Amino acid sequence: MNLLSIALRNLRYRKLASFLTALSMALGVALVVLVLTISGVIEKSLEKTSNVGYNLIVGAKGSPLQLVFNTVFFLSQPVENVPYAYYMEYLPADGRQKEYQRIGGELKEPERSGLYSFLMQGGFAIPLCMGDYVDEFRCVATTPDYFGLLKHGDLNDQDYRFSQGRNFVDYSEDYGFFEAVVGSQVADRLGLKPGSQIFASHGAESGQAHGQGFVVVGILEPTGSPNDRGAFVNIEGFYLLEGHVAPERDEESGLEKRGTAQGPQRQGVLSKVRLPVEKREVTAILLKPNGFAAMSMEKQINKTKFAQAVSPIGQIEGLLGVFVRPLRWAFLGLTSLVVIVSAISILVSIYNSMNDRKKDIAVMRALGASRDHITAIILLESLLIALAGGLVGWLVGHALGPLSNAWTMPTTGVKIDWFAVQSRWELWIVPGLVFLGTMAGAIPAMAAYRTPVARNL
Amino acid sequence: MSQSQDCALLSICDLKKFYDQPGGGKLTILDVPEFQIARGEQVVLRGESGSGKTTLLHVISGIVPADSGSIRLEGVELMQFSEAKRDRIRAAKMGYVFQTFNLLPAFTALENVRLGMSFARGELDIERAKDLLNRVGLHDRMHYLPGQLSVGQQQRVAVARALVNRPILLLADEPTANVDPANQERMIELIAKQCQEESVALLLVTHSDAVASRFSRVEQLSEINRALRTASV
Ligand SMILES: Nc1ncnc2c1ncn2[C@@H]1O[C@H](COP(=O)(O)OP(=O)(O)OP(=O)(O)O)[C@@H](O)[C@H]1O
Ligand SMILES: [Mg+2]
Repeated sequence: MNLLSIALRNLRYRKLASFLTALSMALGVALVVLVLTISGVIEKSLEKTSNVGYNLIVGAKGSPLQLVFNTVFFLSQPVENVPYAYYMEYLPADGRQKEYQRIGGELKEPERSGLYSFLMQGGFAIPLCMGDYVDEFRCVATTPDYFGLLKHGDLNDQDYRFSQGRNFVDYSEDYGFFEAVVGSQVADRLGLKPGSQIFASHGAESGQAHGQGFVVVGILEPTGSPNDRGAFVNIEGFYLLEGHVAPERDEESGLEKRGTAQGPQRQGVLSKVRLPVEKREVTAILLKPNGFAAMSMEKQINKTKFAQAVSPIGQIEGLLGVFVRPLRWAFLGLTSLVVIVSAISILVSIYNSMNDRKKDIAVMRALGASRDHITAIILLESLLIALAGGLVGWLVGHALGPLSNAWTMPTTGVKIDWFAVQSRWELWIVPGLVFLGTMAGAIPAMAAYRTPVARNL
Repeated sequence: MSQSQDCALLSICDLKKFYDQPGGGKLTILDVPEFQIARGEQVVLRGESGSGKTTLLHVISGIVPADSGSIRLEGVELMQFSEAKRDRIRAAKMGYVFQTFNLLPAFTALENVRLGMSFARGELDIERAKDLLNRVGLHDRMHYLPGQLSVGQQQRVAVARALVNRPILLLADEPTANVDPANQERMIELIAKQCQEESVALLLVTHSDAVASRFSRVEQLSEINRALRTASV
């Protein structure tokens, strides 16, 4: 019999203790793997999603992180709005005049170009209105540019494609301003097809649904991004819904003038009458300025009282650095402690058995086993428990990863695959187990090494 | 002694072993000027309790180091070797049967016998292990754990284990002390017979007159061990 089978026999003889110590090791390692997997997925999804293809989000003054979460991840509470006229300052070249001609209404100095237009050459600005829901999904009112100009994917180089239908348009002969595109999860969940109607409900998931619906004309291919969870409606139609008309405000106090939040008179769904500029607001503006202008632009915008500009990548990096990574380390520390405690329980279990085994050791020595043989057998026992428990824990941890998809996928958009190694730290598990197993075995092995033979025969 | 030192299998010369006394100072346990065993010879060792029989067997096997003197096995001086080397020699050339607790409880009878082959360099011959268990009459108990065997059966497994490695010297320390007289007879018969068949020299410690009377060479430790003479004077 070789040393390995001798060690295995000894473990089998103390079945219960071996099983329990291996179990505690399995539990610890499973927890470590789970923490690594989930934190890896969260980090990856945050990093990936914050790489959005625009440099800045401009919105009302307030929490920058909330603006990012609201705009990029469709999470968190809706934020305040800024006037549509403010958005028009970011339009490149003669964009401001063209936009004014398209919409109409009251605008000061309509003939001049936007104040920031000189920084926007070759870039774009896309307006978003948020705050409504379609069932439990966020309703995002925007322009067709959202899918026309933005890209997605890890390298941000993939065009948005539609598994069914097409992008919505500014005005269609069939549905007027009331076209919509939905993300893949929304379509699956609500059973939507091109031609289905969706209704935005005001303010909250449970809010009152607007009477005017939008016709789904396209369903996005899955992107693995929060856009899979979005219901995108034409901003022109959105403004025509009840309650989406911005009231006039007193110039001194900023308070709203009662009875001024009136929509335009329209005849039928196909009417081409739009909500005038002065009654429009936007929640966020996605900005891709010209070249390297983003940095200076962010500073300039943030100096104003009116609005803030935030860089999603900067905010997410900040979040990762301040919150996610330290939290991961904290969890990793706690779960590693479980692993260390189970290593200690291996130590205690084997050490406790040493008293009963003094005679065994003496007999083996009398059969010609050297001190090194005895030491090796004890170390092997400890290593076997640590590795067997650890391996089971590793498998269980990875099996639990996909099971947690139901919980993590809707928010992160990242699917955890079986045995997908989410963190390079996982590569340390096996050397770590060997180290811990050896350490746990070292003390009893030393005791075994010193066991006097003659006195135990 | 009739054999010359050269043809002796085991030859002991001026062997001394001391133990620290609890109160301080050293107590001489063994002081053996000369003791020899020839190849295949069967020797019974007798002596009062506490006279140093077990200690002598320990020292010969290398489990306990001697303090001075010479122990030669097949003419090779063992005292010069390190503990690890003595372990290897014990594994390869000696078999040991104890009074009690011979078997490891986690291992079956067969595994216990195979354990006897585990620490010597060489082939692990499972057929040899089975054959020996057959010869001690335990062919139907091979896969029993020690806890499932009677004391006599356990001792027979121990005999098989001590012989499995084809040793040249079998050390048996009161192997029948816990066996009833009828079985004691058969046990000794078995050991003597197996040793003879494999031409293994035997050094057997016993308190039993009946056992001793079976053997032609019976040594009183008090005759060999000068430590006892000085102490008793
Ligand atoms: N580790 C030790 N430290 C001190 N003295 C020891 C030690 N081991 C044995 N002795 C002493 O050596 C003497 C011989 O012991 P040993 O076990 O060899 O006797 P024995 O002849 O085998 O006796 P028994 O027939 O009872 O088995 C005893 O007096 C004992 O007290
Ligand atoms: Mg004794």
